[in-house]
Amino acid sequence: MRLTCPLCGTRDRREFYYSGSEDYLNRPAEGAPIEAWDDMLHLRTNPAGVTKDLWYHETGCGSWLLVTRNTVTHAVLATELVAARKGGAA
Amino acid sequence: MPNLIAKSALFARTPLTLSGTTLAEAQVGQTTSVAAFAGKLPEVTAALGGFPAPNTVLGNLIWTGPEQVFVLGQTPDLTGLAAVTDQSGGWAALRLSGPMAADTLMRLYPLDLRASHFPKNTCARAPLGHMQSILIAEEAGFLILIFRSMARTAWHEIETALQALTARAAAI
Repeated sequence: MRLTCPLCGTRDRREFYYSGSEDYLNRPAEGAPIEAWDDMLHLRTNPAGVTKDLWYHETGCGSWLLVTRNTVTHAVLATELVAARKGGAA
Repeated sequence: MPNLIAKSALFARTPLTLSGTTLAEAQVGQTTSVAAFAGKLPEVTAALGGFPAPNTVLGNLIWTGPEQVFVLGQTPDLTGLAAVTDQSGGWAALRLSGPMAADTLMRLYPLDLRASHFPKNTCARAPLGHMQSILIAEEAGFLILIFRSMARTAWHEIETALQALTARAAAI
């Protein structure tokens, strides 16, 4: 398996650390009910098909990536930098 | 302050040459990490006299991450512009040069290191085996920066790979 880091190009899977669902990017607003936080932290879909998750380019440039992939075909469909998303940069 | 005797990571180990390819310890001197503060990249670029594109080397600037470089040698005053940390003692440098350099390192790095894909002045933060490293393509080989504590392991890994390739070449 190879992932394309937007900065470093196509790299081997062992350079990356898998973090989890993209749900972690969607934090509830301040004052949101406890259920919203519970959903963000714990509720996950388990799709047979296209899914989005977060990977860290651990032994590479240190960027967080949002990877779109297909759990059925194992195709990696897209990668993007989390920092490049709106509100993603520090 | 007394003038202490600095020892290199590999204690100036005797270079190893097999198949015309030489593995040697290198000295890169003062090494500084510069990571631009948010929104300060234009000022940092001006102060450094440029900023390398991802995975490239520009003069004495080595790209090590988004808006981050290693500077070899003197660093200008970047107070208020960037996080500046001295890395000099923390890294060991190895130089592998010669005709088998790329083939040897491709046994350890999951990268295509042929000159057509990884030309001079290309660099990469990539794993040497399981060790984090910074790999830099030079005129006739590669410069490898590795955590100082892993210097001897890195040497051993590269030596073993070079020996294996040499033995294979002799057997054919």
